[in-house]
Amino acid sequence: MAKEFTLKDQDHESNLVARRVYIAAFIILMLVIMIISRIFFLTVLQHEHYTTLSKSNRVKITPIPPIRGLIYSRDGVILAENKPTFSLEVVPEQIDDIDKIIAQLQKIIPIEASDIERFKKLLKKKRRFENVPLRLNLDKEEVALFAVNRHRFPGVDIVAGLNRYYPFAEKLVHTIGYVARIDEDDIKQLNESNYSGTTHIGKLGIEKSYETLLHGEVGYQQVEVNAQGRVIRILDRTAPKPGENIHLTIDLSLQQIAIDALENRRGAIVAMDPRNGDVLSFVSSPGYDPNKFVNGIDSKSYKALLASKDKPLINRVIQGKYPPGSTIKPFMGIVGLENGARTMTDESWCPGWFSLKGHEHRYRDWKKQGHGHTDLHKAIVQSCDVYFYSLAHDLGIDLIYEGLSKFGFGQITGIDIDGENRGLMPSREWKQKAISQPWYPGETLILGIGQGYALTTPMQLAKATASLANKGNIIRPRLVSSTSNSSTNNMITLPSVSENQITVSDNAYWDDVINSMYDVVHGVGGTAWRSGLNAEYKFAGKTGTAQVIGIAQDEEYKKEEIAEEFQDHALFIAFAPVEAPRIAIAIIVENGGGGSKTAAPIARKMLDHFMNNQDLISKG
Amino acid sequence: MEQRSIGQRLHIDFPLFFGILVLCIIGLVVIYSAGGQDINLVYRQAVKLLIALVGMVIVAQLPPAEIARWSLRLYLFGLILLVLVIFYGDVGKGAQRWLDLKVFRFQPSEIMKLSVPMMIAFYLADKTLPPRFLRVVTVCALITIPVLLIAKQPDLGTALLVAAAGFSVLFIAGISWRLLISMGVLGAAGAPVLWYFMHDYQKRRVLTFLNPENDPLGAGYHTIQSKIAIGSGGFYGKGWLNGTQSHLEFLPERSTDFIFAVFCEEFGMLGVLLLLCIYLFIISRGLYIAINAQHTFGRLLASGLTLTFFVYIFVNMGMVTGQLPVVGVPLPLVSHGGTSMVTLMIGFGIIMAIHTHRRFLSF
Repeated sequence: MAKEFTLKDQDHESNLVARRVYIAAFIILMLVIMIISRIFFLTVLQHEHYTTLSKSNRVKITPIPPIRGLIYSRDGVILAENKPTFSLEVVPEQIDDIDKIIAQLQKIIPIEASDIERFKKLLKKKRRFENVPLRLNLDKEEVALFAVNRHRFPGVDIVAGLNRYYPFAEKLVHTIGYVARIDEDDIKQLNESNYSGTTHIGKLGIEKSYETLLHGEVGYQQVEVNAQGRVIRILDRTAPKPGENIHLTIDLSLQQIAIDALENRRGAIVAMDPRNGDVLSFVSSPGYDPNKFVNGIDSKSYKALLASKDKPLINRVIQGKYPPGSTIKPFMGIVGLENGARTMTDESWCPGWFSLKGHEHRYRDWKKQGHGHTDLHKAIVQSCDVYFYSLAHDLGIDLIYEGLSKFGFGQITGIDIDGENRGLMPSREWKQKAISQPWYPGETLILGIGQGYALTTPMQLAKATASLANKGNIIRPRLVSSTSNSSTNNMITLPSVSENQITVSDNAYWDDVINSMYDVVHGVGGTAWRSGLNAEYKFAGKTGTAQVIGIAQDEEYKKEEIAEEFQDHALFIAFAPVEAPRIAIAIIVENGGGGSKTAAPIARKMLDHFMNNQDLISKG
Repeated sequence: MEQRSIGQRLHIDFPLFFGILVLCIIGLVVIYSAGGQDINLVYRQAVKLLIALVGMVIVAQLPPAEIARWSLRLYLFGLILLVLVIFYGDVGKGAQRWLDLKVFRFQPSEIMKLSVPMMIAFYLADKTLPPRFLRVVTVCALITIPVLLIAKQPDLGTALLVAAAGFSVLFIAGISWRLLISMGVLGAAGAPVLWYFMHDYQKRRVLTFLNPENDPLGAGYHTIQSKIAIGSGGFYGKGWLNGTQSHLEFLPERSTDFIFAVFCEEFGMLGVLLLLCIYLFIISRGLYIAINAQHTFGRLLASGLTLTFFVYIFVNMGMVTGQLPVVGVPLPLVSHGGTSMVTLMIGFGIIMAIHTHRRFLSF
């Protein structure tokens, strides 16, 4: 053992170090002997075994990627398909001067600067012995031209493959999403063996959330190769399991009607079947072309999408947050009746404004001269604000929060694609946490007419409307109704999920509110009476106009003086037929002005199409 | 004794220089075969080699006292760069390791391969050896911080080598066996905890290492192919340029990390024995220099760098022969590649400086 010295002692230290160096040398010797014995084991003892293996090592195992499942609409139209394509691919390891090879290739086949940019980007991410695509979508002539010159380009080859294609492009991008090339983040998540031959993976929407089903399982083949590594023949093959086909609940014709009716304005439209949660149309406008993303979008186009004022990349249906405006009123009505704050016959006096006791601030009604004596029915039909200010004041924030939350406001709807936003249903706790302030009574009032902090996504609004149509039965919305297997023809129907039943002490409450909504479109003085004219079926609805900016006390909202992006959002909710609803709709047109003028006519067009078609179907 | 030889005037240690040169030539010969008989690849490697050799000779001119003075600054500089890599690093081959300096890209973790042993030798040489408990703790922190930063990139191979460099110095400095064993036990106990925190893909890699045949398309592929190459080479080898496994392109990364498999296939066990002799010659010269150094800093640093050199060899050979996980460590002085070559040569330059400046020091 080392003795202790108080002074630095060179001799002692040099001895200590020397002793340790000898020990290290001994360990090194032992490890070297280990290496030698391992080499001896491999080269001498197992020599025969490995010689046999090396001789049969003209055989390579290569993965066969499965064919991705297709996506169909409810009416059987293909929404996502696989198109055969040829691409020019390069194995970097087998090439010394990539720029030189590209220059030579350019003499035969056109290669754009954007191709090279994408290629260089992929090159950094891939391993040296993996194929990297240089040119995509070669036509037949280009394939033939390269085939003739192939001997000049070792390490470059034509690879046949399938390319995902979305025929309806921007019309369904927010629903279906898209696939794109697998990147570093994907690799961390996925099973590398199963994806060993796969180049693309679902990035968004249905393509992402149903990735496992759509992808399928990888197969293998044993191939014999020549000295350049080119395949001579296939020896053995384990077929891959193709991905499942996915059948959406989307009704393509209804989707088309909705898109046309929206006339390229910013907004969102959701239609769902309240009986089973099937989402019949899912429109977020504007959309963008998903086909550009499949093989990597060039940075210029991507920047243009990011910079666009219309924000096409946002999925407004599940990510757009809007004040619900007056569409909240039927739900407020149920909450008021259930909590005993009002009966159907209780009346409020509406002079055109409402004030809290002891305050001067006037909360204005949209109708300057007022609605006079107003009960709940009239308050919904004419969308009286004062009635709901007063109701909200009597209920208080806590009961409103509890009641509206039951309808799913401020909560995830649970639809089967990712990226959903919660929206916001404010409460005392929320406000304290978010902005460290107590709740003020005035905030309760404007919450009563769907303004203030409350924010909803169109999907939430549609789900809530469906549960109103269902008299409290809350159904989870879904985009996929079934999957099918192309090889076995096995069809699996996915069950619909009933989440909860809102119970009220008297079921007449539902009928009262639904009757009021019926009169919004079919009654005298209903805010959407124009949209209800001459309908061959009966439906219920509620208009909404959500303020984007606050208007000062003594100012008036003058549409023509306000820039477009600050104009009101137009909202409309509806369901039909009123006696046994088969469709519930939520519509938001950004900066569209009034709900009755802009949003309700869209609903009418959709309902006309849907109800007429449904009648045709039922008549046979 | 006071007479200065040519070597000492030029500050070059000829035995070491000779051993390195032989290895590099072997490397060029194997690269020619592994790279598909591409003479351009050999030229390019030769240029990198020359640059690295010049770097070695320049570093050898520095007096060790000067090197010691720079230890702390270089260590801190390296740490800052490692942090910068996290924020501004370039991504390549699935890891964020490079800093793009416009003129060239470089890996800050390479600095750490040298500056960690320098820093620790500098720190420990300051006080009486063996180091006390608290100093050992400090040293462990000095090692762990850069190692974690590098492992996070993720670059397991380099992290391992940096850790090895640091602990080699600590071992040579005479850390007590009791501490050494308790550190080992602590490390072993930490493994299951680490497993718990690992990502699924990391767990998969470990499992694949334990049973490569499970995943013939994935990580197991390298090991399976390199074992076939080595085993089929036999005792005498298939002869230069005659290796079939490497030339049929079954073996990936055959001119870089897996060059040892090509060497084994073509030169057999006989060649391996010869190669190991040259390596052992260089290592024993390095350890001889360490023992004969005149000051503790030199002793610690020279032996630390030499031991790290051996760790390189051992990890690479273990990986290629399928005994250690595939972590991406090149075979020193033989594998194709510039960065690690320069770092290694500068390391040898430091060892030479320690030896050739001996008589003129007044420590």
